[in-house]
Amino acid sequence: MNTQALFGQLLIGLINGSFYALLSLGLAVIFGLLNIINFTHGAQYMVGAFVAYFLLNKAGLGYWWALLITPFIVGAVGVVIERLMLSRLYKLDHLYGLLLTFGLALIFEGAFHHQFGSAGLPYSIPESLQGVQNLGFMYLPNYRAWVIVASLAICITTWFVIERTKLGAYLRAATENPTLVQAFGVNVPRMITLTYGAGVGLAALAGVFAAPIYQVSPQMGSSLIIVVFAVVVIGGMGSIMGSIVTGFGLGVIEGLTKYFYPQASSTVIFVIMAIVLMIRPQGLFGQR
Amino acid sequence: MTFKLKTLAAAAALAFAAGGAHAQISGGVVKIGILNDQSSLYADLGGQGSVTAAKMAVEDFKAKDKGLNVEVIFADHQNKPDVGTQIANKWIDNEGVDVIVDTPNSGVALAVNEVVRTKGKVFINSGAASSDLTGAKCSPNTVHWTYDTWMLANGTGKAIVKTGGDTWFFITADYAFGHALERDTKAVVEKNGGKVLGDVKVPLNNQDFSSFLLQAQASKAKIIGLANAGGDTINSIKQASEFGIVKGGQNLAGLLVFLSDVHGIGLDKAQGLILTETFYWDLNDSTRAWSKRFAAANGGKYPTMVQAGVYAGVLHYLKAVAAIKSDDGTKVVAEMKKLPTDDPLFGKGTIREDGRKIHNAYLFEVKKPSESKGPYDYYKLRATIPAAEAFRPLKDGGCSLVK
Repeated sequence: MNTQALFGQLLIGLINGSFYALLSLGLAVIFGLLNIINFTHGAQYMVGAFVAYFLLNKAGLGYWWALLITPFIVGAVGVVIERLMLSRLYKLDHLYGLLLTFGLALIFEGAFHHQFGSAGLPYSIPESLQGVQNLGFMYLPNYRAWVIVASLAICITTWFVIERTKLGAYLRAATENPTLVQAFGVNVPRMITLTYGAGVGLAALAGVFAAPIYQVSPQMGSSLIIVVFAVVVIGGMGSIMGSIVTGFGLGVIEGLTKYFYPQASSTVIFVIMAIVLMIRPQGLFGQR
Repeated sequence: MTFKLKTLAAAAALAFAAGGAHAQISGGVVKIGILNDQSSLYADLGGQGSVTAAKMAVEDFKAKDKGLNVEVIFADHQNKPDVGTQIANKWIDNEGVDVIVDTPNSGVALAVNEVVRTKGKVFINSGAASSDLTGAKCSPNTVHWTYDTWMLANGTGKAIVKTGGDTWFFITADYAFGHALERDTKAVVEKNGGKVLGDVKVPLNNQDFSSFLLQAQASKAKIIGLANAGGDTINSIKQASEFGIVKGGQNLAGLLVFLSDVHGIGLDKAQGLILTETFYWDLNDSTRAWSKRFAAANGGKYPTMVQAGVYAGVLHYLKAVAAIKSDDGTKVVAEMKKLPTDDPLFGKGTIREDGRKIHNAYLFEVKKPSESKGPYDYYKLRATIPAAEAFRPLKDGGCSLVK
């Protein structure tokens, strides 16, 4: 193969990786701090894309507004879900949270499918990000370049907030020993609620990023979420840095597979997952 | 004692006489099973719309007045041949289903084709594309109604090669349908003096096509043939526009594009696409009238050719059942082939020995946003391919039913 094509595939891998990273980041935050395996994540990503569509078509608010507003709208829905349902499950086994969120995902997808069908809705790339750059070895759409940069920035910011700030320290302490942290006067339940809302907001943000590239359709989340779970498992459940690095890394590996043996591109990530689980069950960046 | 026996015998005789009218209809009811994708990438081109279409056919046939008790049920095959086979078996063995209709996804369709053949029922396929259904895999129990890969290749493929698109690269859905469509299109391209430079096989229901588009771009082929359907086609076309494929001088050929796909892509990105269909709602007064009724019953969504084919296929099936007063699968299909077809959507036509329904095909071009006057006003007619030329000649299919 020629090196030009190789570079092209690597870059495309990075673009897809940025979606994996962004989504698995939200999952890792929620799992790491709440111990909930959030199966609704894919549905929340899908809802994010739909909200962007509604903002444009019902309220006349374009892409940039959608980027700003959508995470808060969908995050608020997340807060309601956490307060009404998830908060009742913290004392039970992980499995209950998984089942609840899985059920919610099916309800979200079913409702949107009933209302909007499966062919999806059109959403255009914003004017300012249209066009392509000729990099010599490939054409890079401006919009995709923006997605890489933006998602890297968001990933690093999230990592920084959780691992390097006082707020993050509270959060991590609250998961270790909620009673003690509460004794210091920190409102732990509220903090957990907001964390879940933030994780969901990240999914919605990824949904807005995806709207102009993929179809805005009810099943856009379910086709991605399984891969994202594999990313989280490979990276190590709950590890923030793990999910970012693995997200980008697997995007690249998948991109290369698409070049060398495209038929395997939908399975390569799971093969890696199986190997990682055999050799290092806690994941590449997992603690235990 | 003798008296009792006599009354019993009389009662039995009466019961038989009463049932006489339905004697040949198994279970006293003609049961139509719509088996298709209800929830995923092909749900909008068939899905619930096909169920609506079948119900409209039953209504328009006035089955009740003709003494026929008809029931329509449906199920989701999830695009998995094993699930489809399982449902088909269950329907036929336990639930008395007489005819399985629609079934997009050639993989599932070929599997169901075998089940129906073994059990002697009827399979009216509208949604699947593989021309093998009336070729190597043809069956005395199957009618392939709406379109097939040969017809698509012959329509779109030929038109494009004729206008100078003589080098091709295929992006192909990696299962029975994609392979058949690529094979049939390749044959047309080469026959008309074109050349195929390469292809890439993509897993079904893929989200990101950029890698494949990049390979297509690198091939320098003039035409990138999309041998895929539904959500896959939508994503490929959207992303091709993003990567500036058309601006870079290459053109896309959507080998199978449905009205619902154009709706999902939006005219700004889909404009100029050339495509072949056998039905469009805006063809004539009767298609318009029917489509308005359909849309009203289908949440405002206009019919695709697959849904139109379900309507016409069910209508013709019921005519055949009424004519021979039986729902015996093999006999009904023989009668369907004997009766000339006539319906408001496809007009007059015939069903060939190999099960292929014959009607006109149309070469359309997707309108510019400025040309579209209202919802679903998406196509303009470029050419009509007469019924006699639209489908593969009978002798070329290799069907064992053709003597």
